Amino acid sequence: MFFIKPIESNEDYQKYVDEKTPNSPIWKDCFNAFWVGGLICAIGQVIFEICKMRGVGETNCYAIVSIMLIFFSAFLTSLNIFNKIGKFAGAGSLIPITGFANSIVSPAMEYKSEGYVMGVGAKMFTVAGPVLVYGISSSIIVGLIYLIFNMQYISLV
Amino acid sequence: MDWFMILKAFIVGGIICVIGQVLIDKTKLTPARILVAFVTTGAILGGLGIYKKLIDFAGCGATVPLTGFGNLLSKGAIESLKKDGILGALMGGVKSAAAGISAAVFFGYIASLVSKPKIKKQ
Amino acid sequence: MKKVGKQSYIMQNPVAIVNTACIVGPKEKEGPMHTYFDQCVEDEFWGEKTWEKAESKFIKESINLAVSKSGIAMQDIDFCFAGDLLNQCISSSFGLRESNVPFFGVFGACSTFVESMILGSMTIDGDFATNVLCAASSHFCSAEKQFRFPLELGNQRPPSSQWTVTGAGASVLSKNGNGPFVTAITPGKIVDKEIKDANNMGAAMAPAALDTLITHFIDTGRKPSYYDAIFTGDLGYIGKDILTDLSMSKGYNIKGNYNDCGVLMFDKEKQDTHSGGSGCGCVASIFSGFIYKNLIEKKYNKVLVIATGALMNSTSSQQGESIPGIAHAISIENK
Repeated sequence: MFFIKPIESNEDYQKYVDEKTPNSPIWKDCFNAFWVGGLICAIGQVIFEICKMRGVGETNCYAIVSIMLIFFSAFLTSLNIFNKIGKFAGAGSLIPITGFANSIVSPAMEYKSEGYVMGVGAKMFTVAGPVLVYGISSSIIVGLIYLIFNMQYISLV
Repeated sequence: MDWFMILKAFIVGGIICVIGQVLIDKTKLTPARILVAFVTTGAILGGLGIYKKLIDFAGCGATVPLTGFGNLLSKGAIESLKKDGILGALMGGVKSAAAGISAAVFFGYIASLVSKPKIKKQ
Repeated sequence: MKKVGKQSYIMQNPVAIVNTACIVGPKEKEGPMHTYFDQCVEDEFWGEKTWEKAESKFIKESINLAVSKSGIAMQDIDFCFAGDLLNQCISSSFGLRESNVPFFGVFGACSTFVESMILGSMTIDGDFATNVLCAASSHFCSAEKQFRFPLELGNQRPPSSQWTVTGAGASVLSKNGNGPFVTAITPGKIVDKEIKDANNMGAAMAPAALDTLITHFIDTGRKPSYYDAIFTGDLGYIGKDILTDLSMSKGYNIKGNYNDCGVLMFDKEKQDTHSGGSGCGCVASIFSGFIYKNLIEKKYNKVLVIATGALMNSTSSQQGESIPGIAHAISIENK
């Protein structure tokens, strides 16, 4: 019978647990994330090219791409399919705008049982709320820093 | 159709997602934190003018990931700042990202009306 | 009841487990344990509007089934001890609100079922009651909603995560009956080894299970070989591995007769449940199904069940607190 040294301190236990806990299959995960994420972006680019061919301005083309991908994501989420894609692709479907849309649609569906105002309305941003908070706040800070370096734009109105 | 551009979008978009995947697997950050990290990074890179180069190179490969969303916010803030001063810094960001935010909220609401969550069979 | 050693008790009066019942959900039905369950429900909503209502129905129906199988009338039940994972134990209290039985809500996270069995045995042994009902439930969807993410969110589960069992188990304890009998109990104390990863519950709870296990052996003077089988609540694959190692390091070899309810519940490869099952319903349904039926058929005559619980919630975890664990042991024997 082989002998194991008793583990007493919390640090030793944490170390021991880290050894015991299997790691995520990172190569497989990254491969799936790469091709699914790439594919979503490529689909976006195809939509972009089509819009451009029809003579839509570049900024609007990008907006249409976002809206359509958000629509697809919301649609697949409501069909209970997106979570399966997400489980397979991980960051591949999370990082593109599809993940942002999914993070808004999924709590909206989940909390419907608590009513349309305090359920759907209030819980919609449980996951995506921080994205807006930090995205918007950092954009304002970036703007203000830009202003410091480009004083000619200073005016209040 | 510009097939080369589509290929570039595929590769660059894929690489950005792989960075996210490494963060998920190695740091055990929750999805919300990953998204926040990406949107903030995008906003900073956008403010520095670096992200624009990536968009010129890869198109949707750079705009579709959430870093592109962050870039859009800070780009909008800077552009409207040039027009309206400090007030612009507050107005511009959300204005430029309005389509994405509104679409997500609206489609989310519709989805909650018509659909019900189901258990993951697998 | 006689206290032995530090925290174990030997029953002086017979406490018989007259009957049990368990009802589980669709995923559990696909698992290797499906033949032992009384009823498998095809739909996780079970005809209800919300998962919380469905979970109440699981506990309500399994209690009714256990009582009717036991042949004891509902009005002859003196107390009911029951609990679950939802905030303020709503599935148990809502499930029992029409039963007209004096009710104690119990919370011990995933250890709730054995905790209520211990309390039930104590009241019977102490002559406070003749018949006691013990139950616990959990539901994958309501637990995910409360503790983790919305069901439709496309996220990946780390390999150490466990799958909350959808199901409920109930048992009827009585002064009169032919057994199997509750013979000894070791209520556990809170053990915190400062594990913070909420996706690795097995590792957080294993030290508590070890503490209770070793204390039980020292207090009662029994050895691992005394038991035909030792079961832990829901440590999962990782926790099971850790407990086997740790008890070996303390000089107790449990390798031969030890298993874990979370490991037994699902087929790890086919069902993609990572480290195994968890939740109050896990040990409740495995005990009420697999373990109890094996005791009745005398395949097991001496069983030790140690249910483990992680005493945390999402607020404590967001505030950076570690995860305290608890484990309660109950020894059940045929006479």
